[in-house]
Amino acid sequence: MSYNATRQFFRNIRNLFRNFRESAIRHGRPTSDRARTQTVVQNFFLHIHPARTHTHTLKWSTTMGLGIMTTVLFLILAVTGILLMFYYKPSVETAYDSIKDIHYVVPTGRIIRNVHRLSAQGMVVLMILHMARVFYTGAYKSPREFNWVVGMLLLIITLGLSFTGYLLPWDQLAYWGVTIGSGIAGSPRDLTDALGITQYFDPGGLVREIMLGAHMVGQEALIRFYTLHVIVLPIALVVVLGVHFWRIRKDGGLARPVSADPPVFAEGVGPEDAPTKSFGLMAVVRERTPATDKEIENTVPSWPRVFRLEAILTMVALLIVVGLSLFIDAPLEEQAADPPVPLNPAKASWYFLALQELVSYSAFGGGMVIPGIIIVSLLLIPFLDREEDDVGIWFGGRQGRRITVLSVAYAVVVCVGVLAFTINFGWLRNWLPELTQKHVRATQIVIMLFNPGMVFVVASAIWSLGLLRLTNSTRMASVGLLTCALVFFIILTYFAAVHRGPNWVFYWSQADWPVIEH
Amino acid sequence: MQNELSGPRFEKQIERRDFLGLAAVWTFFGTIIAAIIGALKLPMPSVFPETDSRFPIGRPEEFPVGEAIHLSSRQLWVFSEENGIAAVSMVCTHLGCLVKRQDNDEFICPCHGAKFDSAGKVLSGPPPRGLAWLEITLGPDGRLIVDSEREVSAETRFKI
Ligand code: HEM
Ligand code: FES
Repeated sequence: MSYNATRQFFRNIRNLFRNFRESAIRHGRPTSDRARTQTVVQNFFLHIHPARTHTHTLKWSTTMGLGIMTTVLFLILAVTGILLMFYYKPSVETAYDSIKDIHYVVPTGRIIRNVHRLSAQGMVVLMILHMARVFYTGAYKSPREFNWVVGMLLLIITLGLSFTGYLLPWDQLAYWGVTIGSGIAGSPRDLTDALGITQYFDPGGLVREIMLGAHMVGQEALIRFYTLHVIVLPIALVVVLGVHFWRIRKDGGLARPVSADPPVFAEGVGPEDAPTKSFGLMAVVRERTPATDKEIENTVPSWPRVFRLEAILTMVALLIVVGLSLFIDAPLEEQAADPPVPLNPAKASWYFLALQELVSYSAFGGGMVIPGIIIVSLLLIPFLDREEDDVGIWFGGRQGRRITVLSVAYAVVVCVGVLAFTINFGWLRNWLPELTQKHVRATQIVIMLFNPGMVFVVASAIWSLGLLRLTNSTRMASVGLLTCALVFFIILTYFAAVHRGPNWVFYWSQADWPVIEH
Repeated sequence: MQNELSGPRFEKQIERRDFLGLAAVWTFFGTIIAAIIGALKLPMPSVFPETDSRFPIGRPEEFPVGEAIHLSSRQLWVFSEENGIAAVSMVCTHLGCLVKRQDNDEFICPCHGAKFDSAGKVLSGPPPRGLAWLEITLGPDGRLIVDSEREVSAETRFKI
């Protein structure tokens, strides 16, 4: 029969839906392993996943879903953030009122704002937990050192997002929180002042001026923070997150213990003895053994198990933040920013409270030197601890669990001890009032280097080095170090949140706070 | 004996090629870096939005001897005494909160609990130095003018 265009036309109409679907999705139903593989590989949104996933990766105890949940919260933040942008006006005159409108007038505005606030907090919590899980399972070791570094970058960007977002409501809390924050950025002046070189070399002032666009927090700062918060940092985060995920695949999937892969070589022919040249392309893979045989045994198609897990985690995260948002309102002070009247106490958001406590000993020492030491130590951990035998094992086994518990106990004792001491006896200026007032500059430098925060740092370092000698293991030394750091962080955060009242004075509880008139 | 390939002539040629290649690479990065530095000049403010750092606070008669007057919008305390008049900034030298004067004439900062004595010297807490004493001059219209950018040494009083 000859070709009849009219007939064909009607047939096309009849098959419209099927043809459309086949043009978009080229593989059949995911009923065979081959089709499941295609489902992942041919879908733009899914192909960031490997076609097959190792069974160890899918275990709850491997990741606890923390990285995925962090990602989900970031996506929620992106969506709710864009919605908030429809109403938010980044100007000193209107910012506070527009947030108030969002909160009280815009339909569902309050929920969206609450979700945004809660997800931001949740993202920081989960990110820290994720980092702790990566650390305690030894997943930062070769070949994943670089992804740990990429993770540190994510940490900094995420904290930057929180900090810039904090200013946007332009209420009293925002204003004073950011005034203090920008003061920390300018705190290298403490050092340059003490050395008397601020006139010639003033990195603190420079950073502060670039950050605020002015000498004080005002309109310039607001628009700068806004731009960083809604464009610069989110894009940076997406890009770096892309690298993070890409590296997971290039590093051979998630870290797993050697025992997760049964040996595939005949006895006596260990992977080390295997000739590397003859594997051709396989030799390029950074794993020690060619992955061909092994994979089939210990992997499953990613579809549907990985996606089912991700869907569950997404729903759980969404349910929790939306559920909580119905009951917990994002804070908004009753007053717009009022520069002449500081809030008392002016507390930063909770994850900066440990920093605020450190800063209350010394601006430069607590706000720059100690965070600098922490960031550099974290960055160095995977390069200084290269023992590979306990990769993928929580705490590296029995010894590690014991060391972790001991480290917690040690850090609690040191931290509580030093805090109790400082509250009862003060610090240098209270001990030697005359001397310190006579030698202002010298005092400044001494306090910068010798303050309670520095005591924590030195105590952690000594503990870690001691473990290095005692256990003869860099892994145990690093477990001790990070455990101390986490415990100090938690205790200081708790301490600043609960026991610091007006004038940053110690109180057992908020009920004891004096009434302050402004 | 040297053969053709390891001869000095050959090595030299490789070097030259390497040099040109490296020069190209560095030119590329140099260009990009220069462009970025150029772009980053923009956020560096050359003019600051803050109003003039000099502002009038009133006629000398408004500050009778023996009184301490709080100018909250200027973030200042003005002390007038027999031997002259002085303006002390309330901006905490620690991280920029505003200190409050207590009944015993000491100053306390709400943010990290710094204490300063009545002359602004640090008593306790984290501030690196005492509160700033500011320069006071007499304007042409007979009003006192404070310059918030010009610090004078503590206890400097101006006879006007
Ligand atoms: C914005 C914050 C972050 C997000 C959204 C994120 C996301 C993820 C995800 C989804 C994974 C897959 C495995 C898992 O779920 O645990 C992962 C793995 C990993 N992350 Fe992150 N991450 C973030 C921050 C960090 C930080 C702060 C670090 C450490 C400094 C880090 C280091 C790593 C490493 C080394 C792996 C590989 C772990 C392994 O092989 O078992 N990440 N990340
Ligand atoms: S800003 Fe005054 S003590 Fe910190």
